[in-house]
Amino acid sequence: MANFTPVSAAIGGALIGLAAVLLMLFTGRIAGISGIAGGLFNPRTDDRLWRLAFIAGLIAAPLAAALIGHAVPMPQMPGSIITIAVAGLLVGFGTRLGNGCTSGHGICGIARLSPRSIAATLVFMIAAIIVVALTHHVIGD
Amino acid sequence: MPALASLLCGFIFGSGLVISHMVQTTKVLGFLDVFGIPSGTWDPSLIVVMAAGLVVTGIGFALIRPRTPVFAPKGLWPTATDIDRPLLAGAALFGIGWGLVGLCPGPAIADLATLSPGVFVFAIAMAVGMAAHDLWQARGSRPIEQKLATATDG
Repeated sequence: MANFTPVSAAIGGALIGLAAVLLMLFTGRIAGISGIAGGLFNPRTDDRLWRLAFIAGLIAAPLAAALIGHAVPMPQMPGSIITIAVAGLLVGFGTRLGNGCTSGHGICGIARLSPRSIAATLVFMIAAIIVVALTHHVIGD
Repeated sequence: MPALASLLCGFIFGSGLVISHMVQTTKVLGFLDVFGIPSGTWDPSLIVVMAAGLVVTGIGFALIRPRTPVFAPKGLWPTATDIDRPLLAGAALFGIGWGLVGLCPGPAIADLATLSPGVFVFAIAMAVGMAAHDLWQARGSRPIEQKLATATDG
């Protein structure tokens, strides 16, 4: 477990939790990123401002890190643009169909002990683990 | 003011992703790659992120649940309880996409700041997927009102 970083993980996780609690305390909304972003693409949405503001804050965090000398490097991405596009489509469509992602179900939902969110989190974790096993060990190298 | 509060919450959330390195696909894939458990390269950091997030959110939600939000008439707590087919199918599709790249919606948006071309492709595809879902729902037999009523899980 050479790559294990428990301290930064715990601090980061606590901040994510704090953000979820503060968003509910201030705006009465669940901090589910797919729900917040997805609402922007529905023509029936009439509350775009807080959604855009949250997303602006999300993007501002790595920029602020860069300003204090801790620039976030570009993440490693698959070589195939097709793989990236298919993955993006699946994440977008899937999180809307399933009403949530790692934040809405994995953090906010499980924190409420919602059986729906516990089930969803188990399913997306297992699906992702199977895909990584297949792509990294069976099909890939 | 609500938008300012929302901006601050997004910033704190993004800071959490940056500090925990969850904006790095290699970090996420290092957790999802369970073949690393026997070989000793497995990275359980994501579990610690979730555990810490759950402790803070669990306690925080319990404390604020009875309160009226500062800038809203009431808290929009999710009400759906059914473990139905859309929930499970959606979670499975999301998991497949997550495993292919190692990006879920939060890190995908935060990583736009790195100006990585690959992240832009991913984020645009994600937006198309989200919009496609809503179009499909609007045309389908399921009434949109019913869908919107349960749309607050995340």
